[in-house]
Amino acid sequence: MNKKIFTEPLFKGNPITVLVLGICSALAVTTKLEPAIVMAISVTIVTGFSSFIISLIRNTIPNRIRIIVQLVVVAMLVILVDQILKAYSYEVSKQLSVFVGLIITNCIIMGRIEAFALGNKPFPSLIDGLANGFGYGIILVVVAFVREFFGSGTLLGIQIIPLNWYLKNGGFYENNGLMILPPMALILIGLIIWVQRSISKDLIEK
Amino acid sequence: MQELVNIFVKSIFMENMVFAYFLGMCSFLAVSKSVKTATGLGIAVIFVLVITLPVNYLIYKYVLLPGALSWLSPQFADLDLSFLSFIIFIAVVASITQLVEMVVEKFTPALYSSLGIFLPLIAVNCAILGGSLFMQERGYETLGQATTFALGSGVGWFLAIVSLAAIREKLKYSNIPAPLRGLGITFIVVGLMGIAFMSFMGIKL
Repeated sequence: MNKKIFTEPLFKGNPITVLVLGICSALAVTTKLEPAIVMAISVTIVTGFSSFIISLIRNTIPNRIRIIVQLVVVAMLVILVDQILKAYSYEVSKQLSVFVGLIITNCIIMGRIEAFALGNKPFPSLIDGLANGFGYGIILVVVAFVREFFGSGTLLGIQIIPLNWYLKNGGFYENNGLMILPPMALILIGLIIWVQRSISKDLIEK
Repeated sequence: MQELVNIFVKSIFMENMVFAYFLGMCSFLAVSKSVKTATGLGIAVIFVLVITLPVNYLIYKYVLLPGALSWLSPQFADLDLSFLSFIIFIAVVASITQLVEMVVEKFTPALYSSLGIFLPLIAVNCAILGGSLFMQERGYETLGQATTFALGSGVGWFLAIVSLAAIREKLKYSNIPAPLRGLGITFIVVGLMGIAFMSFMGIKL
C-alpha cells in the first residue's frame, strides 16, 4: 500500500506532467542545476511535512476555513525553509529570489493536502507528500540538466564541454543561447510529456 | 508620470507575469480552454491584484520593514519583521479574495455570476502572491508605483490567458500527434508565445 503511494507520483501520476500541478514556481529556477536541486529539496520537504501536519489535525479543522488553516501551516514551513536557505546557502537563496516564497502557492502542496492528506492517516500522507515532491524534483532536475548542459556547457557550475572546443578558442562549438531563455523550459516540458505519453499510452488525451 | 507609464508598459510586455516569470501557470493552463472563461478569470486577476498589492505595500512599508513601526513608538525603531512577510502577504491575499467575493456577491450580482467561480481559485494563484513578492523585492517607492505595477501585471496576465485560449480554440481543429495532444502541445504553444514576447525585451525604457 505505502509502496504504491510512493511509486505512483514518480511516473504515472507525476504532479507536473500528468496532474499539471506546481508549474508556477518550477520553471524559472531551471536555468541552472544547482538552484533546481535546492528548489526540489525545499518543495519535497514542505509538501511532505505540510501533508503530515494537516493530516494530524484533519479532524479538528472546520471545513469552511480549511484553506486559510492550510495556507498558514504551509506558510510557516516555507518561512522555515527560507530562513534556513538564507543562513546556509545565501547565494542560492538570492538566485531563487521570490520563488522560495512562491512555494506557498505551489499547487502541488495545496493539491495533495486537499486530495490526500484531508482523508488519510498521517504516515501515508507524509509518504504521499514526499513522493509528490520527488516526482516534481525529477522533472525539475531533468529540465535543468538539459538547459544548463546545452545552454552554458556546465553542470553544477563545473565546465563539461572542453574550453578549446568553443569557436572563440578556435574550435567548432557554441552554446545554445536559446536554452537559457525562459520559454525553453516550457518547450522542454512539452517534449517530456510527449515522450512520457508515447511510453504509457493510457495517458493520451482524447 | 513618465515613470508610471514606464512601469505600466514594462510590467505588461517586458516583464510579463506569465512569459517571463511563469506565474499563475496552473490556472493559466487549466482555465484557458475557451476565450469566454479565460476573459472572466483574467478580469478577476486584474481586480484582485489591484486591490491586494497596494494593501500589501502599505502593510510592508508601515509594519514589516526594519524600523517601520517607529511611527507607533520610538522603541520599535530597530524591530525588523520582514521575515513575516510571506505569512502576512498570503493571509492578506486569502482574506481579501474572500472579502471581494462577498462584496461582489452583495452589490453586483451580475458581475458575481461571471467572476464568482474564479475568485476562490485566485487565492492560490501565484501571480497574486508573486506580485506582492516582486513589489517587496524591487522596492517600489510610492503607492502609485505599486498600484501601477499591479495594474500592469494584471493586464499582462489577462492578455496572455486570452490569447492562449484563442489559440487553443483553433488548435482543436488541427491534426496533432496523439501523445502530444492536449497538455503537451499547450506547453509548446506557450513556449512559442513566450519567445514571441521576448521580442519586447529589446525595448529600453
